[in-house]
Amino acid sequence: MLSDLLTRRTVLAAFCMAGLSLAACEKKAEDTPADPKAGATNKPAPSDKPAGTLRVGFSQIGAESDWRRANTESIKGEAEKRGIELVFADAQQKQENQIKAIRSFIQQKVDVIAFSPVVETGWEPVLKEVKESGIPVILTDRAVDVSDQSLFVTFIGADFVEEGRRAANWVVKSTGGKAMVAELQGTPGSAPAIDRKKGFEEVIKAHPDIKIIKSQSGEFTRAKGKEVMETFLKSSEGSQINVLYAHNDDMALGAIQAIEEAGKKPGVDITIVSIDGVRAAFEAMVAGKLNCTVECNPLLGPQLFDAVEALSAKKSIEKRIVTKEGVFEQAQAAEAIKTRQY
Amino acid sequence: MGSEKRFHPAIMTLAWPVAALALLVVFNLAFTPGFFGIELRDGRFFGTPIDVLNHAAKVAIVAIGMTLVIATGGVDLSVGAVVAISGAVAAMFVTRSQASFPLVILAALAAGGVAGLCNGFLVARLRLQPIVATLVLMVAGRGVAQLITDGLIITFEHRALSSLANTAFAFIPIPAWIALALATAVGLFTRRTAAGMFVEAVGDNDRACRYAGVNDRAIKLGVYAFCGVCAGLAGLVECSYIKAADANNAGLFLELDAILAVVIGGTSLSGGRFSLTGSLVGAILIQTLTKTMYMHDVSADVAPLPKAIAVLAVCTLQSPVVKDRIAGMFSRGSA
Repeated sequence: MLSDLLTRRTVLAAFCMAGLSLAACEKKAEDTPADPKAGATNKPAPSDKPAGTLRVGFSQIGAESDWRRANTESIKGEAEKRGIELVFADAQQKQENQIKAIRSFIQQKVDVIAFSPVVETGWEPVLKEVKESGIPVILTDRAVDVSDQSLFVTFIGADFVEEGRRAANWVVKSTGGKAMVAELQGTPGSAPAIDRKKGFEEVIKAHPDIKIIKSQSGEFTRAKGKEVMETFLKSSEGSQINVLYAHNDDMALGAIQAIEEAGKKPGVDITIVSIDGVRAAFEAMVAGKLNCTVECNPLLGPQLFDAVEALSAKKSIEKRIVTKEGVFEQAQAAEAIKTRQY
Repeated sequence: MGSEKRFHPAIMTLAWPVAALALLVVFNLAFTPGFFGIELRDGRFFGTPIDVLNHAAKVAIVAIGMTLVIATGGVDLSVGAVVAISGAVAAMFVTRSQASFPLVILAALAAGGVAGLCNGFLVARLRLQPIVATLVLMVAGRGVAQLITDGLIITFEHRALSSLANTAFAFIPIPAWIALALATAVGLFTRRTAAGMFVEAVGDNDRACRYAGVNDRAIKLGVYAFCGVCAGLAGLVECSYIKAADANNAGLFLELDAILAVVIGGTSLSGGRFSLTGSLVGAILIQTLTKTMYMHDVSADVAPLPKAIAVLAVCTLQSPVVKDRIAGMFSRGSA
């Protein structure tokens, strides 16, 4: 029995050793070709080959929405335009994949690591590893919850609270400070849902005649947006609703159908404001069914690589970089839709 | 089996979900103003009960296929992903081609059927555990749907397809009719022929079945394929409802609602005896509960809790131990 067990263990151990040495070989193979920093001083023209170019490792959340796709394309396109080598990793909405990707970026000795964290927590250990390796970290689109703020150099992304405020300000302006609001919230517990609600409520607090009479989660989807709006309209307060505030465009687009089916005119009987500014929202505005969309800009590639280049030139950068965003109304929709990339 | 002395077993299985539904209806009558307000508008009834039927239909359609799969002792986790695939196929057909409407429907259902056949092959031929076999498609299927739509939400303006889930026939929404027709057809097929008995027999003991000369593999292949077609049908209803194919979110977690509906309806997850009517009642019960939460402004953070409690209560009441106790109480009372 014992000898049997022993031999099994030995075989197992032998396998492990073999595996380890293999892994070590691979690591070496990865290590040898490039220490990119060595050649970084003499800057070649952007069209030149990878020898001295900047290398950026980027870990994307996934490809879960049109917004995210536009975000990815903006980053990839901008890197290509500037001749920066981008090592791109899709995490397929999993934190462990992102952590693996970040570790492999350290191995590959990229110049800058950037990522959009899937979730807020659990980043401390891996970010400490990055810090020890001396590679700067840039967060894009979403923030992380860490006690040591020196673990990343900057956070580039939209200010969700500000988006909520902008939506509220537009409601105040267009209704003259009197409205019965129905609110379609995003996925419970997600940062955009929490912050967009917070920002909106912050502004309307000063306007006692604007009341949120119905509020429920539509989970950021069209189907749920429609289903929940259907229920709102049939509730006892349903007939009083004259403003709809949706935390994203998709829910508003679903709700528009529910409003039409209830025999009301979306955009006229019920004023609708939503957030994101995706192409379909502009189409709805052109059709007169949506009144306003507050942009949440996914095209942060240029700002990201501005920061990367500033870092490589040893310039200091802001700890918080807010993306450039606008508020679009029906009047501008027809014009703006032509230049919409997503 | 103390219960069989007094009631037909099918009635006993149905008693609790029906009682739960009745309780919920009474609660809404008393505490939810406007819950039962129905008016006639544009040739269709308009009101919350109608919405409940409309939304429950989607879960019910999937649950009918799921009932048969569960009756064979299996489970199909991939139905949500198949809903996304079928919706994507339908949306691509109506936006990118001039295909006639029956062809669009056929293509979407065929997509579901093929997906179901894949599951059936893995389970019946390769003898993989149903949970594992269908998990493959649950994960991969959404990717397939994304591939078909190129990761975009495909919006369409196709009159026939968008009227599928948004119009009524004889005042009742079409999806409810579809679910009812499907349930009737499957009910007749399984109860008027030996098919239902074969399905139950396979679920009870597939080896004994094989020795008795029943082709258990063919039956398993068949139920998974049929479940796929049901999911395909639900996919058509779902994409028709929002007039768009949303590969990321269509049918998300629908497999859980469908399994829940089946279990609430009294079909045991260990296979064997099944109840289609129970699954329909289960689907309506889940949707009524969801609607009640919305109507009472229960915040989305805590909404799953009352739902879980209700489900737990129905399932507890259905456990053999509790059932026998209650039946024992009755027979002692009458003796």
